[in-house]
Amino acid sequence: MDSGLLILFTVLLPVVGAFLVLALRFNENVREAATLITGGVTFYHVLGLLHLVREGERPSLTLLEVVPGVDLAFEVEPLGMVFALVASFLWPVTSLYAIGYMRGHHEENQTRFFFFFAIAIAGALGVAFAGNLFTLFVFYEFLTFCTFPLVTHHQTEEAKRSGRIYLGILLTTSVGLQLVAIIWTWVLAGTLDFRTGGILAGTTSTAVLGAILVLYVYGVGKAAVMPFHRWLPAAMVAPTPVSALLHAVAVVKAGVFTVLKVAVYVFGIDLLQTLATTSWLAWAAAATIILGSLVAFSKDNLKARLAYSTISQLSYIVLGAMLANELGIIGGGMHIAMHAFGKITLFFAAGAIMVAAHEKEISRMHGLGRTMPITFGAFFVGSLSIIGLPPAGGAWSKWFLGMGTLEAGQFGLLAVLMLSSLLGLYYLLEVPVKAFFFPPPADDGHRHDDHGHGEEDYGGSTHAADDHAHHGDESAFVIGGLREAPLPSLIAICVTATATVVLFFWPDLWQELMTMVVGGGAP
Amino acid sequence: MSENLPALLIVVPLMLAPVAALVGRAGASWAVATAACWWALYASLALLLRVWDEGVIRYALGGWPAPYGIEYRIDLASAFVALIVAVIGAIAIPYARTSIAREVAEDRAPLFYTAFILSLTGLLGISITGDVFNVFVFLEISSLSAYSMIALGQDRRALTAAYQYLIMGSTGATFIVIGIGLMYVMTGTLNMVDLAERLPQVADNRTIPVAFTFLTVGITLKLALFPLHLWLPNAYTFAPSAVTAFMASTATKVSVYLLLRFFFTIFGFQFSFERMQLDMVLMPLALVAILAMSLVAIYQANVKRLLAFSSVAQIGYMVLGISFGSVLGVTAGILHLFNHALMKGALFMAMGCVMYRIGSVRIEKMAGLGKAMPWTMAAFVLAGLSLIGVPLTVGFVSKWYLVQAALERDQWAVAGVVMVGSLMALVYIWKVVEVAYFGELDPDHEIQEAPLSLLVPTWVLVIASFWFGIDATGTAEVATAAAESLLRGLP
Amino acid sequence: MSDALGHFNYWAVVVLMMVGFYTLIARGNLVKKLIGLNIFQTSVIMMYVSFGKITGGTAPILVEGDHGEAVEHVVYSNPIPHVLMLTAIVVGVATLALGLSLVVRIKEAYGTIDEDEITAKDNAQ
Repeated sequence: MDSGLLILFTVLLPVVGAFLVLALRFNENVREAATLITGGVTFYHVLGLLHLVREGERPSLTLLEVVPGVDLAFEVEPLGMVFALVASFLWPVTSLYAIGYMRGHHEENQTRFFFFFAIAIAGALGVAFAGNLFTLFVFYEFLTFCTFPLVTHHQTEEAKRSGRIYLGILLTTSVGLQLVAIIWTWVLAGTLDFRTGGILAGTTSTAVLGAILVLYVYGVGKAAVMPFHRWLPAAMVAPTPVSALLHAVAVVKAGVFTVLKVAVYVFGIDLLQTLATTSWLAWAAAATIILGSLVAFSKDNLKARLAYSTISQLSYIVLGAMLANELGIIGGGMHIAMHAFGKITLFFAAGAIMVAAHEKEISRMHGLGRTMPITFGAFFVGSLSIIGLPPAGGAWSKWFLGMGTLEAGQFGLLAVLMLSSLLGLYYLLEVPVKAFFFPPPADDGHRHDDHGHGEEDYGGSTHAADDHAHHGDESAFVIGGLREAPLPSLIAICVTATATVVLFFWPDLWQELMTMVVGGGAP
Repeated sequence: MSENLPALLIVVPLMLAPVAALVGRAGASWAVATAACWWALYASLALLLRVWDEGVIRYALGGWPAPYGIEYRIDLASAFVALIVAVIGAIAIPYARTSIAREVAEDRAPLFYTAFILSLTGLLGISITGDVFNVFVFLEISSLSAYSMIALGQDRRALTAAYQYLIMGSTGATFIVIGIGLMYVMTGTLNMVDLAERLPQVADNRTIPVAFTFLTVGITLKLALFPLHLWLPNAYTFAPSAVTAFMASTATKVSVYLLLRFFFTIFGFQFSFERMQLDMVLMPLALVAILAMSLVAIYQANVKRLLAFSSVAQIGYMVLGISFGSVLGVTAGILHLFNHALMKGALFMAMGCVMYRIGSVRIEKMAGLGKAMPWTMAAFVLAGLSLIGVPLTVGFVSKWYLVQAALERDQWAVAGVVMVGSLMALVYIWKVVEVAYFGELDPDHEIQEAPLSLLVPTWVLVIASFWFGIDATGTAEVATAAAESLLRGLP
Repeated sequence: MSDALGHFNYWAVVVLMMVGFYTLIARGNLVKKLIGLNIFQTSVIMMYVSFGKITGGTAPILVEGDHGEAVEHVVYSNPIPHVLMLTAIVVGVATLALGLSLVVRIKEAYGTIDEDEITAKDNAQ
């Protein structure tokens, strides 16, 4: 297949899958199979594109001219490849997890869920393969809107309120700041294409360009740079697979991916170094890193803690971009992959704990490791990646980011990275340590009920008979004395935890791709 | 026939109007109205294509040459606006059959269709005429028939709304006549081309700025530019749904065209913008319109009224673009004429579907409608996305040009206002979305989806909003060419 | 002084215009508003007709000489404004007719034709 068409095919496959899900909605197992198969096929094609990119090709496709001078176009380059690989691999894995979770938690409207899930992945791939700022913006906004039904899945008052915060912050930043920056770029540069070395160099004064950079970084609300971060904890009202895929992988990574892409292909590293606001933004990212970690500390709700940890980790990538040197970019790009695998493991674990043991507060998870050793073991591995310790992949991205700060002479920023790891050590490892080594709290009786229909804040909506059947007790995988997450979810957790470790021993692919980004292969 | 097409564009519907009244039965009148609309669509499309190929068309009515006789002068802007009117008419008329059957008494329906055809004729006439007094005549034809159509609404407040519109509209038209008279007494001609040539010679006389002022006030009143918009919310809210859908997409657009015609073609850019500083008047009013009217829209409980205030804000966008006086700005204004007609037409038609099924357009009555009327509410959401300015919709294209026009002049604050307006649109659209999709349906009343005859026209406009947002090159080219020719003025 | 008197027409126009406009805005009775509108429109008609009168001009009918030939160098008043105003009068009549029929319907629906009372009834509902 011609490489340009391959791109279109890959982006559209999840959409096809979504409609298959809709068509097959009356047979649950066939429907889930459709999702998994589509996910597998999509990943296979992404691998095909990877092969081309590694050989130095840059597949591209121009779809049509929207407004005179502005095209809807795709172009695959190494940074986009990183994001696409992560998203397309984790989609089937998360779908597997979701199958276990949604059934175990007796969730309603599962067809709608899987439908929008698939559409969201198409959006993420569209962002990854965008060939110019306009196309990226189109898919970026598309992603916001198609994840809205997922975030507000439970349709409760709280879901509605959170949905408002979600849309409110994401659209205010994208329309109010990012779009202005994009149009401004168009007026200055006459083009919106992504080019190595950027398109803005020499177009106007550094003061104006610095202002535009600020508009971009804050305009990308999905990167959750403070103070535009509130949507992330608000989105935790969604079912956990949504939090896992979207808010560890698709949505947030689309955000930081955009920041990196703008830094490298719109501004260019050399131009960034001359702008005054670049270092201010680096410190803004640093502030987010620390503040995010500190707030994470204070949260007892596991998903909330993970949400703030994500906010903090995203700013690692923003920091990498704003260091404006090769090591920083490499580190930032690698962190897209490392953080994704690590964080998704953590969220999977959080969801598993909720389904199997009905616990959401960390203080009530003491001793739970005895009945859920695999889950908490995976949590431990995932935490290592976030903290940046071997043998988890996150160690590598942290290494490169640290080297980047040294090269930039910013010892303060290095200290920030170290401090954040230290904080992470506590707020993340607290969970598995207390689960394995502390005695359970006094009133753990209700943990072992079989039909805890979702508690209020996670949206117990009224139960219609059709969307879930009670196939016995699906909420846990009971084996021996263990009461683990449902089996499909458990498999997913193991896959991502293993991947996290594998990435430590084999970071080559990511490093290779990111080096191509800064090394300057075409475009 | 094709030589006389400009005249036939007007004459055929004009002759069909009394026929619609005479046939006396609702179905037959509707058929006559449909014939008029389709003819208008064909003729206006043919004229646009001819203008695109050959340039300005000048047609002397009755063979009397200008400036002695009345002539029709069709340039790109005229043809484009005429096409918009005809397209909306052609889509509204199948919609009207079902909607009007529900909302207007059957014995009055033939009169409704007569008024509809007359309104269409009037609007088309304004677009293509080259004589300023002719403008007044057609303006009054379209306005009077509009007043009658509005008065046919079900709620008794339709009557007071029509009356208020009548008073204000007639005042505006009279102001326009005063302006025309003052221009006539100084130049001795009513022909637009002739006026453009003669006005610069007499421009120093105090009379001409006074004429300019009267015309400005009169036209902005017809346009519903803040603060002369007071007639619009009531008129749109209480008129029958099909009327609102038709009028919202045409009447004010044609008035914007009038603004362009008078201030760019007749008075000329130099006089209007440099001597009379029109931009200093229009821009602040437009900015206030965008902000204040969007804000008011957020607090409305009646969705039609919400959309009406939204329309006033959108008119602010159009006028803002024009007030820049640059190619980009005027292009943005002209583009938004077209784009807004599509978006608002779709939104009001969706509300007509809701009115048809539940008899109300109050927000609280629409709880859970997302499940009961999925296609209708989906149309609302998608057209709403266009209003917000999501990329790949027509709304985005307008904003693209408008912000560019602002940034080109280094007016960041104005660009900011445009974005704030979009965000406010998000709030009021989402208000409706939340109630429709998160609310609970009343279990006692079963609500069905709207009939196809209402849904299809609505979805045609929704799809058009996306079509022309995905491929905006055609409309952008026409709008840019029209803007350039307007700014160039007459040779 | 003679200028002021010579412009008597225009003074009348201005006075009528203001009277009409004031009545239109300030009066609450719907019929009175329409009367105001009509006075306003009438003033405009007078204005146009006044524009048409050329100093020393005779009625705009071709003057014929003894043997039927056209006489030259005759100053005619301008007939165009008169023609325009015929149209304007018709428009005015149509507007008035429509307005009055609306008032009748409003009276049927509300029981009153006073603007404030109507607003009160609407707010009460």
